[in-house]
Amino acid sequence: MEIVFALAIGVMAGSGIYLLLRPRTFQVIMGLSLLSYAVNLFIFGMGRLRSGAAPVLDATRGADAALYADPVPQALVLTAIVIGFAVTALLLVVLLAARGLSGTDHVDGREPERE
Amino acid sequence: MELALIIFLPFLGSLGAAFLPPNARNAEAWLAGAAALAATAITVSLYPQVAAEGVLRLNLPWAPALGLDISLRMDGFAWLFALLVTGMGTLVVIYARYYMSPADPVPRFFSFFLVFMGAMLGVVLSGHLIQMVMFWEMTSLSSFMLIAYWHHRGEARRGARMALTVTGAGGLALFGGVLLLGHIAGGYDLDTVLAAAPQVKAHPWYPAVLALIALGALTKSAQFPFHFWLPHAMSAPTPVSAYLHSATMVKAGVFLLARLWPVLAGTDAWFWIIGGAGLCSLVLAGYLAMFQQDMKGVLAYSTISHLGLITLLLGMNSELALVAAVFHIANHATFKASLFMAAGIVDHETGTRDLGRLSGLSRAMPLTAALAVVAAAAMAGVPLLNGFLSKEMFFAETVFLDRPDWQRFGLPLAATLAGVFSVAYSLRLIQRVFFGPPAQDLPHTPHEPTRWMLLPSALLVAACVLVGVVPELVIGPYLRTATGAILGADAPAYSLAVWHGFNTPLLMSFVALGGGALLHGALLARRGATTVPLLESIDGRHLFDVTLTALTTGAERALRRLSSPRLQMQMLLIFAVALGGALLLVKPFGIGWGANAPQPLDPAFALLWLVGGACALAVAWQAKYHRFAAVAFAGGAGLATSLTFVWFSAPDLALTQLTVEVVTTVLILLGLRWLPRRDERIAGPGGATPRLRRSRDILVAGGCGLGLAALAYAVLTRPAVDGIAPFFVQQALPQGGGLNVVNVILVDFRGFDTFGEITVLGIVALTVYALLRRFRPAPESMRLPDQQHEQDGDASPRDSQEAMLPAGAMMLPAVLVRLLLPLALLVSLFFLLRGHNAPGGGFVGGLILATAVILQYLVGGTHWVESRLRIHPLYWIAIGLLLAAAAGIGAAFAGAPFLTSQAWHGTLPVVGELHLSSVLLFDLGVYMLVVGATTLMLVAIAHQSLRSQHHRTATGDTR
Repeated sequence: MEIVFALAIGVMAGSGIYLLLRPRTFQVIMGLSLLSYAVNLFIFGMGRLRSGAAPVLDATRGADAALYADPVPQALVLTAIVIGFAVTALLLVVLLAARGLSGTDHVDGREPERE
Repeated sequence: MELALIIFLPFLGSLGAAFLPPNARNAEAWLAGAAALAATAITVSLYPQVAAEGVLRLNLPWAPALGLDISLRMDGFAWLFALLVTGMGTLVVIYARYYMSPADPVPRFFSFFLVFMGAMLGVVLSGHLIQMVMFWEMTSLSSFMLIAYWHHRGEARRGARMALTVTGAGGLALFGGVLLLGHIAGGYDLDTVLAAAPQVKAHPWYPAVLALIALGALTKSAQFPFHFWLPHAMSAPTPVSAYLHSATMVKAGVFLLARLWPVLAGTDAWFWIIGGAGLCSLVLAGYLAMFQQDMKGVLAYSTISHLGLITLLLGMNSELALVAAVFHIANHATFKASLFMAAGIVDHETGTRDLGRLSGLSRAMPLTAALAVVAAAAMAGVPLLNGFLSKEMFFAETVFLDRPDWQRFGLPLAATLAGVFSVAYSLRLIQRVFFGPPAQDLPHTPHEPTRWMLLPSALLVAACVLVGVVPELVIGPYLRTATGAILGADAPAYSLAVWHGFNTPLLMSFVALGGGALLHGALLARRGATTVPLLESIDGRHLFDVTLTALTTGAERALRRLSSPRLQMQMLLIFAVALGGALLLVKPFGIGWGANAPQPLDPAFALLWLVGGACALAVAWQAKYHRFAAVAFAGGAGLATSLTFVWFSAPDLALTQLTVEVVTTVLILLGLRWLPRRDERIAGPGGATPRLRRSRDILVAGGCGLGLAALAYAVLTRPAVDGIAPFFVQQALPQGGGLNVVNVILVDFRGFDTFGEITVLGIVALTVYALLRRFRPAPESMRLPDQQHEQDGDASPRDSQEAMLPAGAMMLPAVLVRLLLPLALLVSLFFLLRGHNAPGGGFVGGLILATAVILQYLVGGTHWVESRLRIHPLYWIAIGLLLAAAAGIGAAFAGAPFLTSQAWHGTLPVVGELHLSSVLLFDLGVYMLVVGATTLMLVAIAHQSLRSQHHRTATGDTR
């Protein structure tokens, strides 16, 4: 399981970083989106992987921390997901506005000179 | 407490002055005068205490854990300086009231003037070195603002910038020196430092400390080789020159040297650095002052020269010289401020300060002339005036200096030469301005100014005469307290008498007076040229400009060489550096796989990520030409992520991820149509370079991805660390009153974080809204998309409200979606309410409702929705934030800290058993804010289509 989880992080991060290095704004947005999936999974993984141990207390099992998955990374990632959404929205609008102003969707705000 | 009041009053006055109307000259002057006078009165009233107790202290704890207190300390020396600052401030305020023209915006002037006064008092009265440096910087800044007061003049801006650059750099050096000094002494408290003198002088860092502190002091006091800024600072209004640049701020440097004299002085390095700089300034600036054409230029160079004299005295390593230095600080302030005021009066009444044009003013303004003559005589060192006394002490010190042979001869000669210069430039100034034939072509006809403008000058001149005639009576005891404070019990005995008999110093004085008169009569009086002979080529300003230009161009060149203006290249560098740095760390830390046995692989999970990974790769592949496909694939990757969260016991995350995924997809789809067409067929020429670039990027991206994967695997195969998780799990029910630990952390334990987060979300939504209000789409994306065009056809004009209703095949989903809205509301409330004990919560609930609303828009069309459903996302955001804040503040009523949860459990007659918690209120706030923010963003983007339609109709473009 761990190896698949790790590879999933790697593939998504790699694709995301590749897209971040592209010249068009839409590619950058998609890249950011993929990279945030990868980073969220990575942070989440820091609490180790456990199945069937959701951190919702069960009266019959008690409040022993060993019985539940680590809630702290989960709380962190939850806020990260929502903030990630906000950042994507802001970026999208900034890029749209930049495109309207500069007439191009190149990240530098102008088309590169062809060598 | 009085100590704090002295510093506090000017700052308070400054705040008041800043808010008065621009033309309230009288009110401003009264306010500033009152603040200054009150500070003066308090200072004067403290003298008996200072004289009796030696040192007054006031400690206000600020950050005691770091050893940082607000510490004020007044001894005799600080008292003398504080009196100088406050008293001179009062006089200059009176003067400035009549000097400033009604057209000048006086609030700015008096406000910064008072800030300066407070900062200068802070420097003088600080008992803590770092605190003193902070006030020191504040004097530099306020001086900058005051020099640039008439900022429409280029020279004022240049002068201000030069002064700030030089004194600011010096301040930085001083900060470094003070940090070292405090480190050696074992504390930054002035008393600690003063007591640690032997350690400091023996320490190997002593030369560094000395050099850094000397840099600070010499730049501030405009000493050679940093003297060049002071003449350029003369473009400030004359009251500023009189106050900051002759009487007080430039004295901060010598103040510091005197303050630290017991700690740092007494070594050869001190003698050469401080004494050398002082001697150079004394002679050189005296020489330059003889050839200036501007009245204030003469005074500026003479100020540098006199400060050089004080610095030289301090550098002599003799206690009597220190006494002379302190005495001369006070004397110089009185006669030089008075002369500056005279120069300002001449400028004010005639419209010029040019020595070549001014002449014979003593007939038109006899009172001004008389005052200026006496002050200039004091500056020249004429007997029976205060300047004579301290200069005599200086001459005596040079004669009795305990140094090797050539220095014993050289120093008195140099001192006499400087005396000659001083007499010559004083004579030249007075003779050119006030005597000779009356000037003809002055901008204004000269006449005597109002008496209030003369009063400050007259008071200062009176002080010059009184000190000069009966020194022991007027200043003797205060001077003794001041020097006693620096030197301690072993202060030497000295006599302040006017007459010491015929001796070498007296002879030197007469040589200086005679030589100066001769020099003036023989050369200067007849000289018409406006240049400086011999030293024309040595120009500090030129050097400063060249250095500054070299620095700027060098920085630009380095930036060009080291970085790229292209964002792609910068991004690549960031990732390459991160990757390289991480790889470098692998070896020393020996990061390998952990020992934990991996869990057995579930084929379903492997399949899930086969699809998920393929989706991610497909996004990277398709994002350039097939945006829609890329969005769909990204959704696939998101779904796989969401399912992974479910798999590994994170239901809350899965829910949030899923809802966010929906909203993000809708958002991007809405934005898609505003992007330019990108088509494989019209792609630029391919070739080796783009392919090479792509391969390089793939290499870096692949490396980063693999690294991250390896890192994740290395962590996952190691045993978990307990960390803080057990606390949250154990306390969730007893303290948070909830079973869902993640939700309890979010809304209770870390509620403040969440509060900040939803605030950010609200800000982002408002930013999106604001950005889109001014949105101007590119012209080619203005026309209706092909799909919409085909659906509606050209036949149906889309201008009437009725036509906006969905038609044809869209009617069915429109009805269904209408039914969905109340259901969605119910579901979202269900998730909100159960969030505390089961997966769900405000975030998830809010996103669900927002999705339902946006569905209405998608299917029903904007017009249809907005004519029936009134959603005010801005209100939702505001109310959400207020609710969350109210839930937090409510804790205060129970006497608990912000955001502590309060619960009530009981039974109501009809409802039955009930558990109410402030946490629910908080989560409701989160819910409402999320709904508001999400719909605001989505609707704002969606509205762009409508607006561009209006735009089209307005321009008559029917397509």
